[in-house]
Parts: sequence; structure tokens; C-alpha cells
Amino acid sequence: MSKFKKKGEGGTPAISTASLPDIVFMLLFFFMVVTVMRDNSLKVQNILPFADQVEKLDKKNLIMYIYAGKPSPRYQETFGTEARIQLNDKYASISDVQQFIKEERLSKREELRDKLTTALKVDKETNMGLVSDIKQELRKAEALKINYTTKQGEASLNLE
Amino acid sequence: MAKRAAPEVNAGSMADIAFLLLIFFLVTTTIETDSGITRKLPPIDDEQEEPPILKERNIFVVLVNSNGDLLVEDEIMEFKNLRQATIDFLDNGGGLGDEACDYCQGPRLTSSSDNPVKAVVSLQNDRKTQYGRYIAVQNELVAAYNVLRDREANRLYNIDFTEMEDAYNDPEFQGDKDKLKERIGVIKELFPQKLSEAEPKR
Repeated sequence: MSKFKKKGEGGTPAISTASLPDIVFMLLFFFMVVTVMRDNSLKVQNILPFADQVEKLDKKNLIMYIYAGKPSPRYQETFGTEARIQLNDKYASISDVQQFIKEERLSKREELRDKLTTALKVDKETNMGLVSDIKQELRKAEALKINYTTKQGEASLNLE
Repeated sequence: MAKRAAPEVNAGSMADIAFLLLIFFLVTTTIETDSGITRKLPPIDDEQEEPPILKERNIFVVLVNSNGDLLVEDEIMEFKNLRQATIDFLDNGGGLGDEACDYCQGPRLTSSSDNPVKAVVSLQNDRKTQYGRYIAVQNELVAAYNVLRDREANRLYNIDFTEMEDAYNDPEFQGDKDKLKERIGVIKELFPQKLSEAEPKR
């Protein structure tokens, strides 16, 4: 009889997975905190043009988004392929822009109202006529700070 | 009656649930922020103000027509040459006397601009111009200004202009913000961004 009993078979002990949920929860909370949900569902085609002389748009709550482009494929049957404007979740006409800007302004706190920027997310195949009309409406609504939202990249990529 | 111990809840599936949530948030996450070319629109004046008279040589007309061709001062130009052409125009410094430009490095032609302060870039487009092309041209024009501003900022303060602006917009910037703002103002005065976006003619 030996005094020292051999312990087990000497194989590697199983790794405890008890802390796995903790790790996963940690990751989960990280992603929950940094998530920004898409608040608009796009109804227009929206391939942004490229540019490299860009400025970042921080402060997401101070931005009004105006989308434009031709309707997405699943709406083309009813709305055709003519480029359209999208405000919030629905198609809009050029005369709705001023009202939209007013409503957006009213929903913000008073001291922030003149810091609002309008981000124009326009599909690169859109004609400038529509964009100019939007710009004209924005001038009338006195929303003069605009940003042509682009993707990061060489500008010459737009010419292809 | 025998006291029954509360049965332990099996926590083995906790990881599965957490994974499910994790994957959901992974898919819906968009971390990147938007970026783009920021511009300011001119306000609409009710009273018809007399537009200031500009000399022909101080206006640089860039037209993108409906076919996407680039016409600079009525001549067709390759897109890749636009940036340099704009720089040459702005940096020409052909003025004399009051209008002289002592920091310009251009050839001082009498046919080009007097002074960057006076020079105006007029970007025109057609109603049928594609937005992508318009943005590409706009980008090149902004790039030309940035090149010149970087040059002056490097000469005066040994730092890129774009770097200064980034630092100024950074909320965590540790340093003298007022001084930085003043420097940015100085550079902006040397090369004011006079980029006019005319309404399309047709």
C-alpha cells in the first residue's frame, strides 16, 4: 500500500465554462451601448458618391436627414424610376421640405435650433435639378448649413 | 414531511441566450459616423442688393454640363487637372498696389486672379448633371483650397491646416483653443473659401 495515491489518470482537467456567460454579457453590453439603430427605412436607392475632403458629422441629434434618389426596386412598380425625395419614412414632394425643416426645428431645444445641419444623402445617379430644388427650399427655410454626405474615397471613383 | 430543497436552476443555457442577444446587436450595430462636404448656402435676400462688381479675371468658372463634361473657363478640361488649375488660379497673385498678394507663389499673370481674397470660384451645373460628378468636382475645388491653406499654415505655424481644424473640433483637445481659433481665422483670411454654387441655368 503506497502512501501517496495516484491522483486520477493525469489527463487534462475540463475547463470550466461557468464564466462564459459573463464574458458574453460583457460583449453584449458593449454592443448595446454603441448601437445606433437605423431610424429610417430607406425607400430610395442610396449609393452615396465618394469624396476625400470630408468633415465628420458628430452629434447625431443635431442632424436632419434628407434622402433622395430613385425608388428602390420593390417600389418601382408603383412609383416609377423618377428620382424622389424621402423625408422620415415616406416619399415627399419638393414643397414638403420647408414644413419638414420647421417640424424638425420645433422638436429640438431652443438653444440648439441654429446649430442644426441638414445632411443631404443623395444617390449619385440623381440629376442636379432635384438637388438644386432642395437647396432652394432649404434657403427659403433658412436652413443654410448643409452637408453633402459622402463615402470616403477618391473623387475620381465617381466618374466611372 | 421532508423538507424539500429548492431545485437549482440550470444556468447552462444562459450562454446561448446571451449569444443570441449579442448576435442581434452585432448585426444591427453601425459604429461609423457620417461624413461629408460641409457647405453653407447663401441666404435669400428680400431686397435686391446690387451684386458687387467683379473683374472677369477674378472669376474662375467651372461648369459641369449634362454629359458630365468639365468646362473650365469655357474650355474642356480633364478631371485630374482640375485641382492644379484651381490652385494656379487662386495662387496667381497678379494684383498690384493695394491688391498685391505677398504670400502667393503663382506666376503673377495678368490674365488670372489678382489676389486669393478677391478670387471667386463659380461652380455651375446643368439640371441634368449627375450628382456624383458634381460632388467629384466640388471635392476637387475644396481640395485646392485645402492644399493652399495647408501650405500657408505650414509656413506660419508648422502644422497642417486640416490638422488644426481637426484638433479644434475634437472635444477632448488639451490645449489653447482660443489661440488655435485665431490661427485658423488667420489662414481662412489668407485664402477665404469663395465658392459660389449658382442655380442651374437650364
